[in-house]
Amino acid sequence: MLKNYFKIAIVVLRRRKFFTFISLFGISFTLTILMVATAFIDRITTDAYPDAKRDRSLYISGISEVGYKTNWMRRSPTSFYFLDHYVRSMKTPVKVAISSNSASTNTYVNDKKITIDYKYTNAAFWDVTDFKFIEGKPFNQQQVANAERVTVISEDIKHEYFGDEPTVVGKYIEADNVKYRVCGVVKSVPITTYMLYSDIYLPYTVSKGNYKDKGYFGAYLGILLAANKADVPKMQKEFDQIAKRLPVDSKDYDKVIVKAESYMAAYLSNGNEKGLSGLTLATIIIGVFAFLFMLLPTLNLININITRIMERSSEIGVRKAFGASSVTLVYQFIVENLILTVIGAVIAVVLSLIIIHFINSANLVANLNLSINISVLFYALITCVLFGLLSGVYPAWRMSKLNVVTALKA
Amino acid sequence: MISLQNIEKVYRTTNIETLALNNISLNIAKGEFLSIMGPSGCGKSTLLNIMGLLDAPSKGHIKIADQTTDKLNDKQLAKFRNQKLGFIFQSYHLINDLQVIDNVELPLLYRDSTAKERRQLASEALEKVGLSNRMKHFPNQLSGGQRQRVAIARAIVGRPEIILADEPTGNLDSAMGNEIMDILINLNKNDGTTIVMVTHDEHMAQKTHRLVRLFDGSQVL
Repeated sequence: MLKNYFKIAIVVLRRRKFFTFISLFGISFTLTILMVATAFIDRITTDAYPDAKRDRSLYISGISEVGYKTNWMRRSPTSFYFLDHYVRSMKTPVKVAISSNSASTNTYVNDKKITIDYKYTNAAFWDVTDFKFIEGKPFNQQQVANAERVTVISEDIKHEYFGDEPTVVGKYIEADNVKYRVCGVVKSVPITTYMLYSDIYLPYTVSKGNYKDKGYFGAYLGILLAANKADVPKMQKEFDQIAKRLPVDSKDYDKVIVKAESYMAAYLSNGNEKGLSGLTLATIIIGVFAFLFMLLPTLNLININITRIMERSSEIGVRKAFGASSVTLVYQFIVENLILTVIGAVIAVVLSLIIIHFINSANLVANLNLSINISVLFYALITCVLFGLLSGVYPAWRMSKLNVVTALKA
Repeated sequence: MISLQNIEKVYRTTNIETLALNNISLNIAKGEFLSIMGPSGCGKSTLLNIMGLLDAPSKGHIKIADQTTDKLNDKQLAKFRNQKLGFIFQSYHLINDLQVIDNVELPLLYRDSTAKERRQLASEALEKVGLSNRMKHFPNQLSGGQRQRVAIARAIVGRPEIILADEPTGNLDSAMGNEIMDILINLNKNDGTTIVMVTHDEHMAQKTHRLVRLFDGSQVL
């Protein structure tokens, strides 16, 4: 039966080449865009470099204060003091990584301007994350305590600053008019992993800002690492207890809100206490976007399919006369449409590979290497089946309702 | 084999009502070869379509092979047509995108059968109509007479008890028409298939066992 459907589907596709081209163009173009977008999202959400221990970590990306009477709200990354004083005193986390937002400064090498992004971290940052060291090693607790001017730099900035020098450990890099001794070089992180991305990493003790300030607001992010996955809920609970008891430090505000969340939730956190969380909002936006993006080609395909199917009314009449029920015919036309979408999907995979190759080789986003992996293919397949069903069901249903005598006369 | 009781068919549009069949009662015996004649628009094809369960009457009852068909749903009707009935149309209604053999196999697709069985039965049916050397051709590579023979092979491949033929020789010249008629007569004689044929051709109608004449939707003979 399926073989028969396949045979006729191919013949029908070949018979109306222009229609087939329009349909395939719509399908493959839409799926290509969705696949490239999925590859982007997949890379951002699941890439485990450099924080491979995401499943046993909680992230603190910001802190808010809300005033119910004044209807005020302020939000910013947390202060170093908050993380050091409240979070580091927790019992469940085995380590707490503290790092600042990255900021940038300009420096000059051989009269060439280089923009360097820098980030301050504590020593535990290197234990919580799994940066790949190409040479050297991270700065340690002692060096941080001594406020040594040492730095871990990214591979990209190494090439940009030092050129082709094979090894740079022990050499000095200048940023913000201060010279830092390079103690390690790590594989670069794409800017999309904004919580961990930087060109150079410095001990927080060399920071010019006042990291000892006791307010809640600052420029730091925290990563809490549990001993194992099972301890994460416990760690969450302990944190929530602390968060609940935080004293409010201004009379204009009534409550301090701070959350320790999973990577994705923290990545998209908007500090909204009551409404939709950043993660939900992002999911809805992406979902609506994907739906709208698919809607137009689907409508187009429905239209083409109706014309196509109605052209075959004599065949429909014959099949019904010889024993095909309406359900069987709906099934046949959906299968035919799925064959069309699968062909479209194959073209889309090829197109996506070409586009992704182009994006990667043009280095549009530094160090963000997109790839089509199993999960991207899986989502693409789901999308494709959905697409095939959406555009096939209505025309098939309409056609199956056709009266045999009318169908045969047409 | 086929029993029609007080069949009436009315076509309604917003302001016109057309009586296509008026109180037709007809009994067709097993193994009978019956022809229906009448001028264009007298309701011959409508009657045949109602017998073939392709169209429903506005009033009256149909019984085919001892089964009342009034209350069958779409799926049951499809199964019934598949097993009991075979159709031959004036304009053949072959699927031009499929080879002759695939066209003939079509009714078997809606039964439990393996590809091998289907191929076997379809080859036999084509042999019966003398077209076993045209299996891999497409319908548009055949002459009108050959196409109608393919259509006959398709109608008989599932070994139905009844064949309903709507002007099977209407598009053919007399020589080819006679050939087709001979095949139908043989089917009736050798296999005992009940055949109901609508025709315009008095000469062809004379070759059948019984002739029913319609005029303006009513049976006149």
